[in-house]
Amino acid sequence: MEQEAKYPTEKLKCWDEAKQIRMKYYKDYAEAHDKGGLRWAGGAWTFDAIPAGLGDDLYPITSEPYGATLAFDKELSLECMEAAEKAGYPRDLCSYMRNYWGSIIIDKYPFGYDEKGEFKPRFQGVKALGFPKPDFIWQDHICCSHAKWYQVVSDLEGKIPMFSVDNAVGPFNELTDSKIKYVVEQLKDGIKFLEKVTKRDYNDELLYKAIKNHFISTSTWAEICNLNKAIPAPLDEKSIYSLYVLGTLQKAGKQVADFYEKSLLPEVNERVKKGIAAVPNEKFRVMSDTQPPWSFLSIFRYLEKFGCVSIGSLYTFGLIGQWEVKKDGTWGAKTIPDVEFSNRDQALYEYVKYELHKPEWQHFYSCHLKSDMMIRIAKEWKLNGVMLHYNRGCEGLTLGIAENRLALLDAGFPVMAFEGNNADEREFDEARTKAKINAFMETLGAK
Amino acid sequence: MELIEQFKDLEKNRHKYAKEWKEKNKGKIMGYFCTYVPEEILYAGGILPVRILGSHEPQDVTEPHIFAMFCPFCRDCLAQGLKNRYEYLDGLMIAQSCLHIRQTYTSWIKHRPVEFEKFLCMPHKVQSRHSYEFLTEEYKVFKKEIENWIEKKITDKDLKNAIEVYNENRRLMKKLYELRKKDNPPITGEEVMEIVIAMQMTDKTEHNKMLKDLLRKLENHTPSREVGSRLMILGSEDDDTVFMNMVENCGATFVIDDHCTGSRYFWNEVKNGKDPLAAIAARYIDRIPCPSKDWEERKRIPHILQMCKDWKVDGVIIMQQKFCDPHELDFVAIQKALKAAGIPTLFLEFDVTVPVGQFKIRVEAFLEMIGEEDLF
Repeated sequence: MEQEAKYPTEKLKCWDEAKQIRMKYYKDYAEAHDKGGLRWAGGAWTFDAIPAGLGDDLYPITSEPYGATLAFDKELSLECMEAAEKAGYPRDLCSYMRNYWGSIIIDKYPFGYDEKGEFKPRFQGVKALGFPKPDFIWQDHICCSHAKWYQVVSDLEGKIPMFSVDNAVGPFNELTDSKIKYVVEQLKDGIKFLEKVTKRDYNDELLYKAIKNHFISTSTWAEICNLNKAIPAPLDEKSIYSLYVLGTLQKAGKQVADFYEKSLLPEVNERVKKGIAAVPNEKFRVMSDTQPPWSFLSIFRYLEKFGCVSIGSLYTFGLIGQWEVKKDGTWGAKTIPDVEFSNRDQALYEYVKYELHKPEWQHFYSCHLKSDMMIRIAKEWKLNGVMLHYNRGCEGLTLGIAENRLALLDAGFPVMAFEGNNADEREFDEARTKAKINAFMETLGAK
Repeated sequence: MELIEQFKDLEKNRHKYAKEWKEKNKGKIMGYFCTYVPEEILYAGGILPVRILGSHEPQDVTEPHIFAMFCPFCRDCLAQGLKNRYEYLDGLMIAQSCLHIRQTYTSWIKHRPVEFEKFLCMPHKVQSRHSYEFLTEEYKVFKKEIENWIEKKITDKDLKNAIEVYNENRRLMKKLYELRKKDNPPITGEEVMEIVIAMQMTDKTEHNKMLKDLLRKLENHTPSREVGSRLMILGSEDDDTVFMNMVENCGATFVIDDHCTGSRYFWNEVKNGKDPLAAIAARYIDRIPCPSKDWEERKRIPHILQMCKDWKVDGVIIMQQKFCDPHELDFVAIQKALKAAGIPTLFLEFDVTVPVGQFKIRVEAFLEMIGEEDLF
């Protein structure tokens, strides 16, 4: 099963920088009040450039990455899940959400300080801090759970001011001014709400900067993923998870835009030029779908034993990345709008118009749009097969997954489906999944 | 009761009714999912809207199409399509609501294509003042699409006529529900459920006529059955008449509900307005919300509490389709509010078929608990 290396490989040079950005993010959120700043909570898809207009000292915590962070800390996650269940919430609900609620109920943040005062994850042996209560909630809503998630957070925390934006206005190919305007007008109401609850004046210049950062983060991330079309792939999906997550934390943040544009993109370009592989024995290329079972990322390393690299997924490419069809008909990074912002309305219009093209929002209207994008990836990234995670922990992203499977099979791509849960380890069978991988690899021709 | 049998007959023979309607009226039939579909626009175009419901039979055809942890209702509905039970449909549509039923719609149109298909972008944030204008614009586009399909212009007069037929239907249903406030309600919860289900698949003009006849008969009707505990049932889509019958044979009567196959379907009317499309949009924005749209504030809770008070409810059965996220996200808060109001609740999870025997034991225990105060 172990195979000889065909390509050179090396660790990403900017790896530690990515890790530091992530740790600083959770530290800043925890310490926001100490610095006189504000904390806010919302989803990874929320329009995070909007709160940025309130000042440079606003620190977010995005719900899904936080749920995943908890999931990675198996012991704490179990405690959170059981606390949420004890409070009456069903265990088939979104597992990120149950982790999040549980963390509030048991009042544990998965980070703390060591004896030297260094901020560290709890699983490294430090005492968990209490859950830092957000000052306001700024959410979006496209999945059934999004706004409802924070209704419960607000219930549990004792009425936190909350504003949610309905961004479910239809697929990218049916966008109209009326649809864009509906979202823009909500954002304008949201700004008034934010001014009221924070008692701060809104600064449009900060908003413009944040939107520009958003454009850079999302377009550059797509450009980075596009480089993974190369053989050998410069990045593997397990590493991609640690990199795309920055966009889910604060896509409108300068530190994220700068990291993608100035550190990661040049390095991945360099890897392609030099033929540096993520998996040195790359022989087979697959993609996955939906969030992985976070406590069991080792399955991606298991693939490598067969010479198989998972090059990413529509999930990792399109959750944050913005794409467009290029002149030659292939997928590439979305062109950043060439506009200068002159007023709030115009800036919000451009922001919303751009954002409503997000690939991972399209299947909420039709799973067939998602199938088309997946087949495109399978072809353009030259895949041998697809691994679909029937994810019991996220019904939003598994919406249509069975139809995606049928469409991929019709398009000639072998598919392996495995059932699990992104953040509830009790619902993932590692041994059974590995047995499925064994069989799948055999069908792809692995020896 | 004989008149109820007519509604029952419509419900049981829904496909026969639709086929005969089509033959008789030479019109088109639109299958729809979710009660956020603006039926008035369809009716104005001479189209018969027919809500797609399941058949409560175990089935084995949806597994390749829908992930097994999606709600049993959405799978049951898709099974009806895959088994060709709705082959007479000319069109199929959905108004944006929950994800699960949307999966049914997208799978259906791929594997059982129809002449006309529509995903109508019903806004989620019905508490936003901007949702009215947005939905009106969506309706304008939808109306044009329908006109192109039926090759006929839908006039304001057509719309106003449809609104009147639908509003009359809603008024009659509310009259029927008012009768349930009586100490001895002249109609059971099961019977009302039959009427509402029939309502969702019948020409409303015809349904109005039947309702008027029924209301006349009910005015002086005093049933001999024992009322027992006065219950409310609330939760997800629910057309499980077997369950209703079982409970009402255990010494209880359902006097009110909060279901999309019940009061939520018809509770508010389209108010007069210059622009009929804007008036229809306002009706669907302002209706008693499905939990998927009930945010940021939970507006359904005060409505439920008021119903409990007005219909003198002794206890509430909270039912929900297994895996139904929007309701799962609300029931903890609802239970808490009911408890604070001193109203006992029983929570039950439904599948395509319900384990009547097991549920009976739980219902009997619940009714005993409610009745304890009378005993001591």
